[in-house]
Amino acid sequence: MKKAEIGDWVQIHQIVLKPEERGVNIPDDTKNVPLELWVKGFAQNEATIGEEIRIKTVTGRMISGTLHQVNPKYIHNFGEYVPELTKIDMQLKEILFGGEADD
Amino acid sequence: MIKDKSYNAVMSRNNQIMKKAIGIDYDLFESGGIAFDYEKMMREAGYSLDEIQEIQGSTGVGNTPILELRNLTALARKYAPKGKGARIFIKDEAANPSGSFKARRAANAVYHAKRMGYKGVIAATSGNYGAAVASQAAMLGLKCIVIQECYDSKMVGQPEILEKQRVCEAYGAEVVQLSVGPELFYTFLLLLEETGYFNASLYTPFGIAGVETLGYELVMQFREKLGKDPDKVVITHAGGGNVTGTARGIIKSGAENIQIVGASVDLSGLHMASDHDFNRKSFTTGHTGFGIPFATWPDRTDVPRNAARPLRYLDRYVLVKQGEVFYITEALSVLEGLERGPAGNTSLTAAFALAQEMDEDQIIVVQETEYTGAGKHPMPQISFAKQNGIEILFGNPDEEVPGKNIIFPESPGKIKVRDYDLEKARKSYINNAVKNNGKDEISSHDFKFLINDTKGEEEFVLSTLDELKVTVKQ
Repeated sequence: MKKAEIGDWVQIHQIVLKPEERGVNIPDDTKNVPLELWVKGFAQNEATIGEEIRIKTVTGRMISGTLHQVNPKYIHNFGEYVPELTKIDMQLKEILFGGEADD
Repeated sequence: MIKDKSYNAVMSRNNQIMKKAIGIDYDLFESGGIAFDYEKMMREAGYSLDEIQEIQGSTGVGNTPILELRNLTALARKYAPKGKGARIFIKDEAANPSGSFKARRAANAVYHAKRMGYKGVIAATSGNYGAAVASQAAMLGLKCIVIQECYDSKMVGQPEILEKQRVCEAYGAEVVQLSVGPELFYTFLLLLEETGYFNASLYTPFGIAGVETLGYELVMQFREKLGKDPDKVVITHAGGGNVTGTARGIIKSGAENIQIVGASVDLSGLHMASDHDFNRKSFTTGHTGFGIPFATWPDRTDVPRNAARPLRYLDRYVLVKQGEVFYITEALSVLEGLERGPAGNTSLTAAFALAQEMDEDQIIVVQETEYTGAGKHPMPQISFAKQNGIEILFGNPDEEVPGKNIIFPESPGKIKVRDYDLEKARKSYINNAVKNNGKDEISSHDFKFLINDTKGEEEFVLSTLDELKVTVKQ
């Protein structure tokens, strides 16, 4: 969905500090990029992705930013299968219980 | 009146904003130099142990079980000299409402916020503490904002931090996510000013005193269960609150001979404020990137005086490697039937090695576990590391280079602890204290404070000051 209607649950994006506004004593790779912010809330106006939008967060704050996602989903999971971990598991059982555990 | 919201203007209002957001007048404990009255601060700004037990009990926090890890003990004994291999126990802090010991810290802070009439709480944390504050705020009916450093500049997030975002939102909190950088503090100040909420900092006397119940409870449980005190307690060390609170609770239990061991994952070489390095860490906390700077200069946080002062309590500080901790996390799961999250497994890894130095009839305790699942489990962490070009190997963990590879021990016998020299940490602390004070002469009051704050010998502190060309006024 590319468009948010009023009342939709959305995630917005803001630039908090431009590279030239960033603090001192931070590494160059961090200093060369802006400090960015993302927060979620209910859309207060219609907008398409990348357009300015005003939201009301769950604590009731009214803030503006550019629309990043509508109904943003959680993307973390258990990742790819890691066979090395299975190797560890089998090794541990073999050391402690000998062959019996796998019979 | 419209306030200037520029970076410099907001940072210059730090003291004024914090005073309102914490409600503690820290000046009451100051004496004009390096020293401040730490115990007075803990006494007058915090709560008594009895009060805290009652506060925590009212939301189901605390009284977590002690579990003996018999198979892991048996495994350690296979690599220990004859007669060595202490019994390994854990305190299953994952049984707390939000799934970690951080519920203890949050229970106190949120209770205090409510009592003082604040409408909401704000915590700056990418860790379990956010979930703990959000959970407590839900129980007490306060609003909650959690600010987390979450993404690199390509909006790629560490899986563990993404999970913390989810869980905070699950408990009804607003989560403000930022890209990498210490200027998170600027956003934090802006939000405190805008909302008038309480700063549920990790480092107030409330938060730290909240952990005292853990240490106290632990000793009481051993006295009840085994009729004796444990010999060593191993504590995952990051910001210092876990070490400080647990050790203070142990002292309050009257136990005098328990050795306090801090343990961190060795992430040396990775810069904590680097956009590039951010997603090359396979641990988001309990590592040296926090452990060393917070031990050697505690007053670097979001409060004027940090109640977490780990050098006061540490008897020993040891480092373990990322690959070793993942290995032990698997062992806890397949040998003990306990699938638990990353933080406590750092101290468990250390305990596995330390047990082998101890006699068989001795007891070593790991004082926390935490919940695990999507994002936090070794599977997403290792596969994320692979995506970021980190090499996964079996071999000698001593050869692990953080940010380049993760080396699983080729055998459990390869797991060991590396002692971090506490004298070095004490020296570094004294150097920081003197440098930040900006004087080449300190008072005898300050001198005594440095001895207490570093648990250093008088002679050692004096000779360190001498090296720094600082004299003590008589």
